[in-house]
Amino acid sequence: MHIVVCMKQVPDSAQIRVHPVTNTIMRQGVPTIINPYDLFAIEEALRLRQQFGGEVTILTMGPPSAEDSLRKALSFGANRAVLLTDRFFAGADTLATTYALATAIRKIGVEFGSPNIVFTGKQTIDGDTAQVGPGVAKRLGLMQLTYVSHIDKVDLEAGTIDVERRSEGGVQKLRSKMPCLISILEGVNEMRIGSLSDALAAARATIIKWSAQDAGVEDITKCGLRGSPTIVKRVFAPKPRAEKAEFIELGDKPGDAFVDELFKRRPKLEAELGQLTRGY
Amino acid sequence: MNDTAKAPAPAGRAAAKKELPEHLKAYKHVWVFIEQERGQAHPVSWELMGAGRILANKLGVDLAAVVVGARNEATQSVVRESFNYGADLAYLVTDDILTDYRNESYTKAMTDLVNAYKPEILLLGATILGRDLAGSVATTLLTGLTADCTELDVDAEGSLAATRPTFGGSLLCTIFTLNYRPQMATVRPRVMPMPERVEKPIGRVIEHPLGLVEDDIVTKVLSFLPDRDSTKSNLAFADVVVAGGLGLGSPENFQLIRQLASAIGAEFGCSRPLVQKGWVSSDRQIGQTGKTIRPKLYIAAGISGAIQHRVGVEGADYIVAINTDKNAPIFDFAHVGIVTDAVRLLPALTEAFSKRLSPHQRDRLAS
Repeated sequence: MHIVVCMKQVPDSAQIRVHPVTNTIMRQGVPTIINPYDLFAIEEALRLRQQFGGEVTILTMGPPSAEDSLRKALSFGANRAVLLTDRFFAGADTLATTYALATAIRKIGVEFGSPNIVFTGKQTIDGDTAQVGPGVAKRLGLMQLTYVSHIDKVDLEAGTIDVERRSEGGVQKLRSKMPCLISILEGVNEMRIGSLSDALAAARATIIKWSAQDAGVEDITKCGLRGSPTIVKRVFAPKPRAEKAEFIELGDKPGDAFVDELFKRRPKLEAELGQLTRGY
Repeated sequence: MNDTAKAPAPAGRAAAKKELPEHLKAYKHVWVFIEQERGQAHPVSWELMGAGRILANKLGVDLAAVVVGARNEATQSVVRESFNYGADLAYLVTDDILTDYRNESYTKAMTDLVNAYKPEILLLGATILGRDLAGSVATTLLTGLTADCTELDVDAEGSLAATRPTFGGSLLCTIFTLNYRPQMATVRPRVMPMPERVEKPIGRVIEHPLGLVEDDIVTKVLSFLPDRDSTKSNLAFADVVVAGGLGLGSPENFQLIRQLASAIGAEFGCSRPLVQKGWVSSDRQIGQTGKTIRPKLYIAAGISGAIQHRVGVEGADYIVAINTDKNAPIFDFAHVGIVTDAVRLLPALTEAFSKRLSPHQRDRLAS
């Protein structure tokens, strides 16, 4: 069984600061991490390999520094890591990103065997779109299984896969066919701590680096900024509200003072809260 | 969607001009995908009808509801309801193989409709279903899709200006799909206000065939297990919400939030860091990547108010913020601020509210 996991290196968003005067992002020194949602995808892939044998290939598109995250992924026990890096990929929106990733996955198929499953995380914490997984599935003609909370059964012989998938108001149990793309929900497994030998191997491993040409990109105009139908026209900090919060002092009986103030300012709330608490 | 690699856009790119290719000039009108599963329309679809109406009026075009579902009375009632929420016309694809949502069949229905009737704008809810569908449809049509918009507008040239938080919610960006059609965007539930429902007769309905049989669809639904009501949090629709952030200091202190919420009949929630730290489960997260709320009263305790949180609570009628830092951004959008340690104030609030809202007190007030 061959499994490809699409992963992204993202800035640790907890550490992003906005310059107070210029309103620009202060990127310096912001540490990068594996997109936390992708860890569940990597773990699920490793579990399937444990069960069925085979190989796990990690794929990312990003700057050369994304090698750090790939090495980290290898330390969990993945077999190989591919870094898709080229200035032509820079500035890609989700449509252009799916073109590059789909091209690379085809090439991975040729070099290392066609994948049975491509995994992604639910979304990234920097883009938050959840669009790349479906886009890759569509471009490669893979069955699309998003928000999967459990893989019930894999039948390699029949080529079928049964999954539980989160949907609005419930869980769908689906039977689909491989090759498929699965975006896995967060919290469905717990990331392993890689073994010492995997960590040592990861440190020594050669990361496979592909340019657009190496990956087999035929039409460079479909990549990066040029291949992106969406255009960011403006980045800005939100306007502060005309008036800021009115600060209130509560004195030595703060609870009662607050309730008095609140009901004085919003008289209807007293009756509404009364309604809500009935029965409590 | 655009990510960190893209923004801030280079000046040349941001100055890109609208040069719509000839074959895309026929794309007209605003469409809203009406999400329904098992005959129940998702409220986000009606919220989008409200947003779509404003866009359609600005553009001087029609607003169409797009309904896809089983061939039954429930689907028909969703179509009728779409006119009560302002549709000028509706597009309808019905087939019993559309009873359950599946990506293959719904993507086919939507892309066929777009190719046949050519909308300039297509809006979908940023729900589980909407996100699964929108990504496939946009990729099939090779057009732009902007996720989780918090504001939709049209510019002087009639292009859709879709604003969304970026950089993990620390800034906003406005994104255009200038030269591809349709311009697609998703919006999370509760971000747009619910428009008024006005009883209207059913209008023009254009039916389109699905052009698929069950055998064409690879993925089969084995079963559907509905969530038990007790496991659902009603956070997004609650009238009163109390939430805590990192200012609480420890996971144990989160119970102070629950206690106040219980005393005033509120739902409780939290900011993103508390979910990331594992203090609170993700279904309680409020903000861009969590739930958007529109309560009558929102009490935020120990929450600094990053943009990612702000966009999720701005629809609240009245926001009370408690924070030790008087310069915290939350005071830029709260109505009332109290500069103090939430951990110390919360128990006093719980006690005071309990006293004030006790049945005895209420009876006295009523008499």
